[in-house]
Amino acid sequence: MAMTVRPVSRPRRGLLEQSYLWEVARGLGVTFRHFFINLARHCLRLAGLRAEPGAVTIQYPDEPAVLGRRARTRHRLLRRPDGSPRCTACLLCETICPARCIRITAEESPDPAVEKRAKTFDIDLGMCVFCGHCVEACPVDAIHMDADQVELAAYSRGDMIWDMPALMRDTK
Amino acid sequence: MILLAWTAVKVGYALAFGLGLAGFLGWVERKQSAVAQDRIGANRAQIFGWRLIGLFHPIADGIKLITKEDFVPARALRPFHALAPALSLGCCLLCLAALPFGGTVEVFGRVWSLQPFESRVGLVYVLAFLALGVHGVVMAGYVSGSNYGLLGGLRGAAQMVAYEVCMAAILAAPMFLYGTLDLQEAVLAQGGYWGGWLPTWGVFRQPLAFVLYLVAGTAASKRIPFDLPEGEAEIVGYHVEYSGMKFGMFMISDFVENIVVCGLGATLFLGGWGIPFVSLAGAWGGLLMLASFAVKTCALLFLLMQVRWTLPRFRVDQLLDLGWKSVLPLALLNFLATVWGAWLWR
Ligand code: SF4
Ligand code: SF4
Repeated sequence: MAMTVRPVSRPRRGLLEQSYLWEVARGLGVTFRHFFINLARHCLRLAGLRAEPGAVTIQYPDEPAVLGRRARTRHRLLRRPDGSPRCTACLLCETICPARCIRITAEESPDPAVEKRAKTFDIDLGMCVFCGHCVEACPVDAIHMDADQVELAAYSRGDMIWDMPALMRDTK
Repeated sequence: MILLAWTAVKVGYALAFGLGLAGFLGWVERKQSAVAQDRIGANRAQIFGWRLIGLFHPIADGIKLITKEDFVPARALRPFHALAPALSLGCCLLCLAALPFGGTVEVFGRVWSLQPFESRVGLVYVLAFLALGVHGVVMAGYVSGSNYGLLGGLRGAAQMVAYEVCMAAILAAPMFLYGTLDLQEAVLAQGGYWGGWLPTWGVFRQPLAFVLYLVAGTAASKRIPFDLPEGEAEIVGYHVEYSGMKFGMFMISDFVENIVVCGLGATLFLGGWGIPFVSLAGAWGGLLMLASFAVKTCALLFLLMQVRWTLPRFRVDQLLDLGWKSVLPLALLNFLATVWGAWLWR
């Protein structure tokens, strides 16, 4: 492939820019404009009049957080149609996890069509970096990061480790 | 006796003005930046469910700072570690004493001056104590036994010395026009009118000096964009080893320094306590003087605060270049031009 070169010209600075004062005044113009427009909006709303909001702040703990559709949140283990976990304990997610926070022990599956299944499946969310590699790696689409839960704080490190029943709690 | 009591009252007013405004500035700083940046700003502190647009935050801050652990690192030199914040705060509080909060008023058959410390060399006094404040910064950086603190202290020394020189050079020109070093007389010298309507304020007589003064004043009180001694993103600065109220004292002295610079600017460039076309006499005149001075100081503070939230921080070499190679020569040229101009005009 032929390389293309796109010359980027440096912005030329004349005496006006070099003296700095004019640019400072322009910057002040921007911040002052925001300041006074927002101040007027705040005052109008305080007075009970209709005006655009003066701030874009979401008062988070009082109002729910707004999550993007593709936000990577707490993990969820999916089920087969019969209700058993989809996970085949292939350990691919445990292997790829850069934070090494997944611990799986495998066991024989009673279903002859399935080779093995997970006996325990723990994710240490205190170590997880929410990279999503585990979701990408899973060959049977058994793990998702779409529980839409971001408030995961706990009082001890042990409580940050989520086991299989907890990870499957909100999956039908 | 009465004089002594009156002096105590004036000193009390100066301290209340400086410290009260400093506490208030902490709130202004948060809210002004928030409104300018489309945010709401600190609004969680509340008393019985009253939030009062975050006005309780300075109180909460104060309680937090006082009750916090006062930690002194093992490698610090203890007595000097404690002395540094006191020196910093003390020097800038002393500056407040010489500011003319008001002129003289006649009440109860006596003449009362509203300036706490009446001196014929008020300007030199203020500049001297502003310059002494750098010792607190250097001492804090040097004795806290931390390389980051030391870096901050060194930066502080280089910057503040450079800009103290600039301040003196800049103020030479307006003081030459006023023909005095007495701050009270400087205010009186700005009481005239050009063409009967434009007050002969310093900002109209010496516009260049005013702009230069704002730059040098911001740098001398180490505010953004010249807050290199602090530089919290890179070295945290000279107060990196301070906690609790000792750190709080550095914060307050920063604000008080800012107030001193703005108060001095209002005195020398904005006509001080004077109000154009209003003759001030009696008790009400005295109150109006105090109010006028406070309003002018606050207007300058508002402007500098907005500058703080507009500009990014300078680099060390850029800062010193600006001081020694631009501001100082311009100030000296301005002084020469003023002197020659005044001589030719005569
Ligand atoms: S998101 Fe990343 S870090 Fe977290 S469990 Fe999955 S692979 Fe590991
Ligand atoms: S990659 Fe999928 S199937 Fe394999 S162990 Fe992880 S969750 Fe189970």
